[in-house]
Amino acid sequence: MTDASTAKAYFQSEAAAKLVRKRYAAERRFRFYGMAMIAVAMFFLAVLFYTIISGGIMGFQTTSIKVPVPLTAESLGVEQGATPEQLRDIGGFKLTKIARNALYTQLGIADAEKPLKSQADKLLSNGIDTQLREILQNDPAIVGSTVDVWLLAHGAVDPFVKGQIDRNLPEDQRLLNNQQLAWVDRLEKDGRLELQFNSGLFTNGASADPELAGVAVALIGSLFIMILVVAAALPIGVGAAVYLEEFAPRNRFTDLVEVNINNLAAVPSIVFGILGLAIFINFMHLPRSAPIVGGLVLSLMTLPTVIIATRAALGAVPPSIKEAALGVGASKMQAVFHHILPLAMPGILTGLIIGLARALGETAPLIMIGMVAAVFEVPSSPFDPATALPVQIYMWAGMPERGFVALTSAAIIILLVFLLTMNATAVVLRKRFERRW
Amino acid sequence: MLKTTLFGLAAIAVIGAGAPGVAFARDQVQIAGSSTVLPFATVVAEQFGKAGKFKSPVVESGGSSAGLKKFCEGVGPNFIDIANSSRPIKKAEIDACHGAGVTGIIEVKFGYDGIVLATPVKKPNFAFEPKDVYLALAANVPVKGKLVPNPYKTWDQVNPKFPKHKIVAFIPGEKHGTREVFEEKLLTKGCETFPEVEAIADKDAKKKACTQVRKDGLVTDIDGDYTETLARLKSEPDGVGVFGLSFYEQNVDKVQVATVSGVKPSVESISDGTYPVSRPLYFYVKKTHLAAIPGLKDYVAFFLSEDMIGDDGMLAEKGLIPAPAKQRDQFRAAWKAGKMID
Repeated sequence: MTDASTAKAYFQSEAAAKLVRKRYAAERRFRFYGMAMIAVAMFFLAVLFYTIISGGIMGFQTTSIKVPVPLTAESLGVEQGATPEQLRDIGGFKLTKIARNALYTQLGIADAEKPLKSQADKLLSNGIDTQLREILQNDPAIVGSTVDVWLLAHGAVDPFVKGQIDRNLPEDQRLLNNQQLAWVDRLEKDGRLELQFNSGLFTNGASADPELAGVAVALIGSLFIMILVVAAALPIGVGAAVYLEEFAPRNRFTDLVEVNINNLAAVPSIVFGILGLAIFINFMHLPRSAPIVGGLVLSLMTLPTVIIATRAALGAVPPSIKEAALGVGASKMQAVFHHILPLAMPGILTGLIIGLARALGETAPLIMIGMVAAVFEVPSSPFDPATALPVQIYMWAGMPERGFVALTSAAIIILLVFLLTMNATAVVLRKRFERRW
Repeated sequence: MLKTTLFGLAAIAVIGAGAPGVAFARDQVQIAGSSTVLPFATVVAEQFGKAGKFKSPVVESGGSSAGLKKFCEGVGPNFIDIANSSRPIKKAEIDACHGAGVTGIIEVKFGYDGIVLATPVKKPNFAFEPKDVYLALAANVPVKGKLVPNPYKTWDQVNPKFPKHKIVAFIPGEKHGTREVFEEKLLTKGCETFPEVEAIADKDAKKKACTQVRKDGLVTDIDGDYTETLARLKSEPDGVGVFGLSFYEQNVDKVQVATVSGVKPSVESISDGTYPVSRPLYFYVKKTHLAAIPGLKDYVAFFLSEDMIGDDGMLAEKGLIPAPAKQRDQFRAAWKAGKMID
């Protein structure tokens, strides 16, 4: 009785109330810290997205100039009714000249004004010959007529049209002189110069000119690498994990293997590149700069992640499931493959996605095997030279031309979309496999 | 699940077992090396592929030393054919080549590159003498007849004509070929004007006194590209950065160049030799690969054509300083003769 009354008296005392207030205050403070931390993280994420998207959105557009180009049989050096093959073999120099002459006419430059002509040449891209050739090949009957063509503008024109370089700078601080800028303004006023969707970004390979550079080689290269990583790391990783978790005896040797796998997950990625160079290229004689080697190297890097995640997922399946299966007469292998593995699938997929995301963002191991390179032709198999998306970002970031700044951000956006698509696929798959007990 | 797993394992086993010994014939040229030469090699490779006769070469980046190391690893389709370099190959590298069985190295010179000192626009511009650069950046400088640790903190202490700014400089790191040219053509030139340094008898000690850069935080080595140097200048507008002329030309709205010995760097002043800080650019070709790799011979010939390295060639547009016409003829003649350097 007295005990209870003293306790009651204590809980109603000022000291106890103070303690309670203090505890509540501590909790409020902790909640506030938590929210502040999330706010900081969100803030930096927002800044990151803002800088990348605001910088990259321009990379998806490129400046083009509409010029009526007379494609006479005479200037092309072919006969009326030439076959696509004959049109394909027209020299690039000839086509460039035709396009340039069309621009001179448009701008009203007389034939004798050589310096003006060479200034006007700087408005058009180096890729205009390819553009004209494509038009001719798509429709050979066009020979002899004059067509309005949206010719790609030079990489130096683009930043001015997009407003990335201040046009009020003194002339010697600009890549375009007053005359060229006046032409650009006139063409823009006439509706002959505008920003268009940069389709070349998705269809072209590397280029020294920003208006011609694209991520096609890198995108296909990354795709090949990801397919190879899934094809190699998933079966080997899951197989190893199942054996270690369910079948292997517990002894010193398996302990050693386990420690080594855990350590391997923390090895710097460049080490895998050196290993890949020694084994896949110098010993197995696989081709340099090819996604097959990149895929195998990154599979090795992803393996430990997959093994660790798979083991954790297998361990999280309630033992009662396995016991029930064994109880009704299933063999150990049947119990594992019919019951435990399907139930562990969501966890395995999560581990695989973490590994794939890391592999998708790697450049360091690719340096050693020659994939950090300018590759111009889109690969048709994993044995052809290619690069990867993060490599493309890294290489563009080092280019001197201003146009590559926007392209770098645009490539980052493409990489993020690639990553999101991959993650979304995994989430959908996981939802399908997910089971509750 | 079991079946797919086993099938996957089998597929991997087939790849693993079948691959050794299978040498893949290569039908495109493989190039690696200098990041200074990369933009030029990219243009040539791109145009070469566009011509349609051969596949486009693959141009790896990574620096002159890394490129030459890869070049000297061996002979065969798994090894690169050409190493781009912004400096001549070293004796040790030739020895390494020979050690791996790489013989018959052909050196090809194709043009020049200028190195400029630049400050952000709207900041005071400099008119440097090599002496000023040496006094501002060297680890030890002569003061009253003795070499002492660099006491200068602001530019006006180096030369009263300069502004009273803190000395801040961003120079290429050791892995760049550009660093060697910077040391040779600016620091050493400047340091040899002092009798105190000339008095050092030991050649190595003298070289060290001339090329050692101060380590007190005022001078920063940049191991990345010029884009990194530009970014550092943006955050430190009082700084001076070292760039290639081609990079400067693409960024005239952001930086201005300083004169060296009274000469403003430009394509003209570098090609006629009045601007002192320039260097030739090279690439190295394996003679043994010429017959085996389709397009290799044609690529080099195309590189050396007037359309590329000429006065109005495509590389001049990207910032290459063309060699005089007579030298260009010599480059081509040397390539035709196929003279090896080993």
